[in-house]
Amino acid sequence: MIKAILIFNNHGKPRLSKFYEHYNEDIEQQIIRETFHLVSKRDENVCNFLEGGLLIGGSDNKLIYRHYATLYFVFCVDSAESELGILDLIQVFVETLDKCFENVCELDLIFHVDKVHHILAEMVMGGMVLETNMNEIITQVDAQVKMERSEAGIAGAPARAVSAVKNMNLPEMPKNINIGDISIKVNLLLQRL
Amino acid sequence: MSPSVRLQEMIRVIRSARTQGEERGLIQKECAAIRAQFRQSDNGARTHNLAKLLYVHMLGYPAHFGQMECVRLIASPRYSEKRIGYLGAMMLLDEKQDASLLITNSIKNDLSHSSQHVQSLALCTLACMGSAEMCRDLAPEIERLLGASDSYIKKKAILCAVHIVRKIPELGELYTPLACSLLSEKNHGVLHSAVVLITELCERNPDTLRQFRKTVPELVHIMKGLIMSGYSPEHNVAGISDPFLQVRILRLLRILGRCNDAASDAMNDLLAQVATNTDSSKTAGSAVLYETVLTVMDIRSESGLRVLAVNILGRFLLNNDRNIRYISMTSLQKIVQTDHTAVQRHRGTIVDCLKDQDASVKRRALELSLALVSATNIRTMMKELLVFLSTCPPELRAHTASGIFIAAERYAPSQRWHIDTILHVLITAGGDVRDETVPNLIKLITTASELHCYTVLKLYRALITDISQQSLVQVACWCIGEYGDLLLKGECDDIEPMQLTEDDVLDALETVLQSHMSSPASRAFALTATMKLSTRITNNVDRIRSIVSIYGSCIDVELQQRAVEYNALFKKYDHMRAAVLERMPVIDKSSPGDTLGDLTGEVTKDSSLSKPVPGGSTLPLEPASQAFDLLDLLGQTDTVPEASHAESAAAPDPAGPSTGRDLLDLLGGLETTVVPSVTVYEKGGVSLKLQCDSQTETAVTLTFTACNSTQNDITKFTLQAAVPKSIQLQMKAPSGSVLPAGGHSAITQTVVLSNPSKTNLKMRVRLSYSNQGMVCQDTVQIDSFPSPAWT
Repeated sequence: MIKAILIFNNHGKPRLSKFYEHYNEDIEQQIIRETFHLVSKRDENVCNFLEGGLLIGGSDNKLIYRHYATLYFVFCVDSAESELGILDLIQVFVETLDKCFENVCELDLIFHVDKVHHILAEMVMGGMVLETNMNEIITQVDAQVKMERSEAGIAGAPARAVSAVKNMNLPEMPKNINIGDISIKVNLLLQRL
Repeated sequence: MSPSVRLQEMIRVIRSARTQGEERGLIQKECAAIRAQFRQSDNGARTHNLAKLLYVHMLGYPAHFGQMECVRLIASPRYSEKRIGYLGAMMLLDEKQDASLLITNSIKNDLSHSSQHVQSLALCTLACMGSAEMCRDLAPEIERLLGASDSYIKKKAILCAVHIVRKIPELGELYTPLACSLLSEKNHGVLHSAVVLITELCERNPDTLRQFRKTVPELVHIMKGLIMSGYSPEHNVAGISDPFLQVRILRLLRILGRCNDAASDAMNDLLAQVATNTDSSKTAGSAVLYETVLTVMDIRSESGLRVLAVNILGRFLLNNDRNIRYISMTSLQKIVQTDHTAVQRHRGTIVDCLKDQDASVKRRALELSLALVSATNIRTMMKELLVFLSTCPPELRAHTASGIFIAAERYAPSQRWHIDTILHVLITAGGDVRDETVPNLIKLITTASELHCYTVLKLYRALITDISQQSLVQVACWCIGEYGDLLLKGECDDIEPMQLTEDDVLDALETVLQSHMSSPASRAFALTATMKLSTRITNNVDRIRSIVSIYGSCIDVELQQRAVEYNALFKKYDHMRAAVLERMPVIDKSSPGDTLGDLTGEVTKDSSLSKPVPGGSTLPLEPASQAFDLLDLLGQTDTVPEASHAESAAAPDPAGPSTGRDLLDLLGGLETTVVPSVTVYEKGGVSLKLQCDSQTETAVTLTFTACNSTQNDITKFTLQAAVPKSIQLQMKAPSGSVLPAGGHSAITQTVVLSNPSKTNLKMRVRLSYSNQGMVCQDTVQIDSFPSPAWT
């Protein structure tokens, strides 16, 4: 079972924190701080598994993490999960985020926390892996977004307009129209006249 | 800030705060605005407010006032509001809050909603934070959804069922019949969840496990399909077709095949196929292969398959990817007990991993190396481990040191090697070893009598180089004190000799005494050693006298007491000094700490207490002061208590086998019949019974049982025992020290008597206890012991 999923940046600021077991708020923050402390000490070329993190459960739990640019993605799991499988799962999660946000970066995660939560809810439910097929996840997320937009009424009009333009299929504008040297053509025209 | 500002605006503002205090202020203002908004009944911006609140919650600020708002939003008909409401419920609510019960009804309604997205929201929330009551209420709904036609809802419902089974294991029976049929689904998501459900059911209930063994052929078929199928773009991860599902199925097969031959046979082929066909160049393939190996090792597989599995693990060890090396060592750790020889083959690689930079890999390699130490490879392994100790990260030091000690004790090829190894560890990592190391090492040194000279020379050298490692200092001081004469003689075969004068040795000890790095225990050791040297050296006794008298006014009470006593030894009891400070006898390895102040005539030194006892030099003072309290042992009074065990054992008492006493019958045979217990003492409501538990040729185990039949509780109940000199007594810890009134419970204490010379068994027991504030003491002599009735 996955006990917690944490995303934080290189300075330890949390970008997403999802706990599948209940803890008090201050303990949650302590867990985030402690995990950041453990993970930030690691070198670049060491293995992605960490033991320790005494706050989450007992000795059974491992931290499996991946470092992408400025963000750490940390999954705290117990021994029932396959460690290499979770590594792959993190990869699938990040690829899904990439598809949903178009070249995802940290700012996307900051300003659209709720959307990240909804994507995660399609992948991991109640601490168990639900769906690992990226396309399936994206289809569902898109359907949900559409449903929300359809309810939004007039307030959602600008958003709808934006997405409509994005989806519009414009014919390719020819980029380079060679009209030649206009001054010569004018001379020719004048000559004819 | 306007109250209806959107989430992004607020985030931007918060991010622009320069200090923590500024951020706190902004957030407090914002929270106050949100709280005011919540109190208004109808508000178009409810979703925004809750979203803002959740963001604030993630940063770590209190957000509990949003709980009721979550409940209200969940009940709303609009999808966007429901969505944020459920998200809030998952983050803010939990089973301990009362508000969680309020959403049960909403969830129930939403589970039957027409839109599958709403249904999925409800399922997700229930799976994340559903309490036991909620699960019980909604279990039938989930059962209904398990039969739904939509695979999207079905897979979510299955995982929800897993959560319910975790919370309320009895409900597992509700879902068992459906679980079997779910295996025939085509959709991988549903299949995956179904396997998770079956795994959970099997783990909870062994009957269900037996039931699901029938599904093994079906699972094998699915796996074969996955491996054999060609490239399928949907499920492909790095060339493997749906590795997540493969791993799950392998795990389930492991649980089903454990301890069951029939099921294991059915899987053998499949496992061999997976092991040989899977491409392990990427992580996905390695994950599947790793799971296969674990399954093979766990079920009753044939030996060829096991060898294949261990070889795969060995191959993993050589992989460049550290992750794979780490997990292969984890699994080797699990199988090293059962397949020791197979793992030994990879010892070289494992020992190399000790030098890896990665701390996690190092830790795994250390544990595995310690498990692989055996009598044949002890020398080479120890070399590697000692090198590792000098370079290892500090958090692993204590573990390494204790591992080395255990290995050395078990497989030491020679005593000198053993002592060398321990010395090496003390020099490298003396600060991280446990407290018992000092007495253990002292015991070891005393037993190796021919190495005394070598040991003390080596320790002296180590001491003058470095006095910061306390354990080393303590051992060195003790040895110098004991064997100072050998040290001064200076000649030794195995080690280059050093010419030392008495002043050098005394200088070394004084340095320890005066250094601020020495702990109080080390200083005590040094003082006692100095004192002992007064009998071993000839010229500088005055110097010793002056050192000892200086410490008579030391601030440390322990040192002061010792110094005063030693001073007395110089002045009043000078005639006894030589006898008191003579060489210690060999410490008996088998006598652990005697608890309750055992005042026997034997010198059973208690050397494994946490406070290091400096040899036996305090002991002579104890009996000297209590010589008149000491129980008169059957008419034999001895003032020099330095009787060695060797001496006592060597005085055989040619007791004939039949002298008409009950006792000697005890030392004859072994008969285990019901043994009567004899009451040996009864006075004032306190009774003491004696029962003989077992006996061999030379040892008897007795149990004392104390009972209290008075109206008051008796506290601080202790037993002390004394036996004749030729018998050794060992008292185990009593079960307690309080006797409750009315004889409700008794205190028992086990005593082991070792009688190698087969003398008459007699014992004197002294009870002391506190009754209503009065301290009572009484003595009873036991001449005849209950013998087991035998013919």
